[in-house]
Amino acid sequence: MNIFTDINLFPLWNSLRIAAIASVLVFFLGILCAYYVARLPRVLKGILDVFLTLPMVLPPTVCGYFLLLIFGTKRPLGMFLAQYGIKFVMTWYGGILAALVVAFPLMYRTARGAFESFDETLAYAGQTLGLSNSYIFWRIRMPACKQGIIAGVVLAFARALGEYGATSMLIGYTPGRTATISTTVYQLWRTNDEQGAFFWVMINLAISTVVLLTVNLLERKQRGHAKQTKAVKA
Amino acid sequence: MSLKVNIRKKLGSFEMHVCFEHEAGTLGILGASGCGKSMTLKCIAGIETPDEGRIELDGTVLFDSEKRINLPPQQRRVGYLFQSYALFPNMTVRQNILCGMHHEKDRHKRQEALEHVASLLQLEGLMNHRPHQLSGGQAQRAALARILVNKPRLLMLDEPFSALDSHLRTRLQIELKALLAQYGQPVLMVTHDRDEAYHMCARLAVMDQGSMQTPQETKALFANPGTLRAAALTGCKNIARAEKCGENEVYVPDWGIRLQTAQPVRDGLVGVAFRAHYLNPKTTLNSYPMHIVSEMEEPFEWILLLRYANQASDTEPVWWRVPKDRKPQQMPEQLGIAPANILLLYA
Repeated sequence: MNIFTDINLFPLWNSLRIAAIASVLVFFLGILCAYYVARLPRVLKGILDVFLTLPMVLPPTVCGYFLLLIFGTKRPLGMFLAQYGIKFVMTWYGGILAALVVAFPLMYRTARGAFESFDETLAYAGQTLGLSNSYIFWRIRMPACKQGIIAGVVLAFARALGEYGATSMLIGYTPGRTATISTTVYQLWRTNDEQGAFFWVMINLAISTVVLLTVNLLERKQRGHAKQTKAVKA
Repeated sequence: MSLKVNIRKKLGSFEMHVCFEHEAGTLGILGASGCGKSMTLKCIAGIETPDEGRIELDGTVLFDSEKRINLPPQQRRVGYLFQSYALFPNMTVRQNILCGMHHEKDRHKRQEALEHVASLLQLEGLMNHRPHQLSGGQAQRAALARILVNKPRLLMLDEPFSALDSHLRTRLQIELKALLAQYGQPVLMVTHDRDEAYHMCARLAVMDQGSMQTPQETKALFANPGTLRAAALTGCKNIARAEKCGENEVYVPDWGIRLQTAQPVRDGLVGVAFRAHYLNPKTTLNSYPMHIVSEMEEPFEWILLLRYANQASDTEPVWWRVPKDRKPQQMPEQLGIAPANILLLYA
């Protein structure tokens, strides 16, 4: 079988870079939003929470629709950005934007859950000892919420990698330029290249399996740690 | 060394109002849970912000609502021992203690202080342990070490013994008391446990529904609580409404009796109380017929629950604590209370 030599691996590379960059951005954005939303007054928190989680439950095509509405080449913001050579429509880095919007809620919600279960007296103790707030955040709060945050990043990465709907609307499918694994699978299937589609499906399955195994491993580690802590205290 | 606090803060259904001064030694705040005593400590530490008022420590204004001063906790130099000790779980004991020394740039001095505090608090073998590997007493010592190396101007203890097993508690109280005396800075401690307050604090203030009474000598407060709330919090079991009916006489409607008092009765009397130890069959004064309702055996004492002959039916029974060797074979007809042991309670 010559499939491994013939096949163009660009979609794998493109998907990985889109998902990786989107995950890094989602990591910081998700943590930032989770941290600040968690301490807002109830009403505002409820409203923002719905807004920030919406992309998770909306069909990705609807997210893509909204992205086109904002960044489309004939829209004010799209035209403004075009002056600086930034174009999210039909470019590979437009895929980052699509993946970002769709994957963000996963990171946001997992991180918020982790932050909310954080024992705030630890932060107070740090403050009364004179530790700076940024030290407390990065050296005490983040390590304590580590498992939840890593799980969030991994989930966001998996979601970004599998993104299809918003991506296909915003950046379409141009072989060698904007093609990702998921858009390639669809395109190959549509053009009756079953063997090609199967190859990419297997690639996707392999990556997703590894990702889920990682999440499970992290969760087990966290549970094990919690059990250990409890046992010592009892 | 002096701490001056006068603050108000709305807390759910009531308003917290705390006003006191503290110079040296250990001042205790005794109150039921949810009365605002921990909130008082948090306001002094700067973790919570009072609605209005002023907090001053050693001449430094920590908080002043009028002058819009509100120092962040980092600049207050107030040590706070949390109920849960709040050791950072991702760090070893050594790293936790070093967190309290982040201001000290000299490595040798840091090492010296670390060794000193480790031997002072018997933490030598535990420096590489994580908090979840420590027992309650060890965690308390580690948290104290972290605070002491930070050299706070005031030390605050929030229910320091509540997370410990009861058999450890008394021993650790003795240890901590010695340590605090050595440390020499003013200490503020909140507790709901009257024994703990009595052991640890030279002066004591009672707190109820957010309002704190003026601090008193601990022994004076126990000898004469003065208010219904203070009588209950200092562990007085027998408390009832009462009316003045003479210079040295009160009428207690719930118990259906009159009592002679040693202290002259002032106007505005709301109740009387006597401690469960002070009923005595041999005392002829304030002696009334009583019958037994139930009894409970303790390791070294009996608790007998009694009712006066004319006691109102919807009222709590009267407690009599009697050492085992002094428990009479047969329930005496009457029990008396020396007038000096009748506590007068005002609003």
